Amino acid sequence: MRSAHKFKVYDFTDTLVADSGLPAREEVVAEIVQRLEPFRVESRPILGSTVITKDLNIDSLAVMDMVMELEDRFDISIPLNDVAEIHTVDELADAVLRKVEGR
Amino acid sequence: MGIFDRHRQLLESYRMMRATGEDPLTVTMDRVLSPTEAIINGRKTLLVGTNNYFGLTFDPVCVEAAIEATRDEGTGTTGSRIANGNYAQHAALEAELAEFYGMKHCMVTTTGYQANLGIISTLVGDGDYLVIDADSHASIYDACKQTQATIIRFKHNDPASLEARLRRLKDEPGNKVVVVEGIYSMLGDTAPLKPFVEITKRYGGYIVVDEAHSLGALGEHGRGLVEQVGVLDQVDFVVGTFSKTLGSIGGFCVSNHDGFEVLRIATRAYMFTASLPPSIIASVRAALKIVRRDGAKLRTRLWDNVATLYDGLAAAGFQLGPEHGPVVAVVMPDQMTTVGVWRALLEAGVYVNVAVPPATPGGLCLLRCSLSSAHSRGQLKHVVEVLTGIGRQFGLLPAERVRAVAGG
Repeated sequence: MRSAHKFKVYDFTDTLVADSGLPAREEVVAEIVQRLEPFRVESRPILGSTVITKDLNIDSLAVMDMVMELEDRFDISIPLNDVAEIHTVDELADAVLRKVEGR
Repeated sequence: MGIFDRHRQLLESYRMMRATGEDPLTVTMDRVLSPTEAIINGRKTLLVGTNNYFGLTFDPVCVEAAIEATRDEGTGTTGSRIANGNYAQHAALEAELAEFYGMKHCMVTTTGYQANLGIISTLVGDGDYLVIDADSHASIYDACKQTQATIIRFKHNDPASLEARLRRLKDEPGNKVVVVEGIYSMLGDTAPLKPFVEITKRYGGYIVVDEAHSLGALGEHGRGLVEQVGVLDQVDFVVGTFSKTLGSIGGFCVSNHDGFEVLRIATRAYMFTASLPPSIIASVRAALKIVRRDGAKLRTRLWDNVATLYDGLAAAGFQLGPEHGPVVAVVMPDQMTTVGVWRALLEAGVYVNVAVPPATPGGLCLLRCSLSSAHSRGQLKHVVEVLTGIGRQFGLLPAERVRAVAGG
């Protein structure tokens, strides 16, 4: 049932976001990495394969807060239902891009 | 993997807390003497953390009503409302609560937790949206887990954040149900309810307001924040509890929506649990009468007490929650200090609550105090004095008795 939300296409053609062009994947990853930076463990770099709640010093509440920031940054909805299935930075970037493309 | 291994992290943080001595999660009141005093560890202790906002737990009328109901109708109902535990008293309490709020419908649940869990999760389903404040109580988060609806969080107490989310959803079919609380239980801050209601209505949504900590404390007649800001006739559902101002246990939801009664045969947390015992219903009915008759007086006393504690601690230099409220949260630097100060307070005969992540917003560590109309000003001045002394010992406040010029 949950996955039903995952592929839902959102129509946000009239959103107020200034840049209407789609962000590149690198940009999305950079936005995520920048927000995860404070939770980095020692000098290990944050990569696409980084498992957010395992490899970083971050709790689930902080992850949900970061997702909320990404929603506003890209003017998309990322339901809490989907967050449970997002583990890595890449998966989060994919989720953001999917929503952005459906915008 | 062992069966409890998934809770290892939780246990680690609990062990750390216990390592400092007295355990905040298992401290026992050996004997409760009054709404404001108990014997803890053989010591008479001042209670400043029991959510007993009007001090009605020992009200003689409420106590007598409970005793009489037990004699008349027994100790428990041994059944659920829809099966075999539906008493005339339950319906009478529902009618009185509906009348109190000026609403057509009321449903009583066995706990306040179940009111949120059951009703919020039943109002929405697949294709609908639950739009919740990020700092919502656990019962609201648990309701989210019990529904097929899509869950969207907005920034705590931020109308612009709610609006952005409803705007993004505006062309989606499905109901949008917004959930907020009157007073938030950790920091004691109130919701900007007027803009929340306006925005929700503008986008065609429904709004649920949980008044657990604001029933009695806010509004001209004690009906909570919905009354205080004048939106009682615009909110769709008000949820509340009997376990704070009303001095007992139980929960309720009131609404003006036709069709509300279907919730009685759809809400699992209502259907599949035993109904409240006669003693509880009787004491809550008596307490509600007191709120209606003496509320203004009790409210004035409560807010005077809030001012004494909040202003006293602020003047001493403590960092507190953002506004006066029946919950006064003192911000601590870390978990170890929180438990240390809590323990020193307990040894000095003052009981408050420890609130640490993940139960708190923003990773804050808090000493959570809650006030009662039953506190005397002297008791609260004493708390300020004791906590100020301990704060100095822990280096949280300047050691010298210099007046806090900066005001915290």
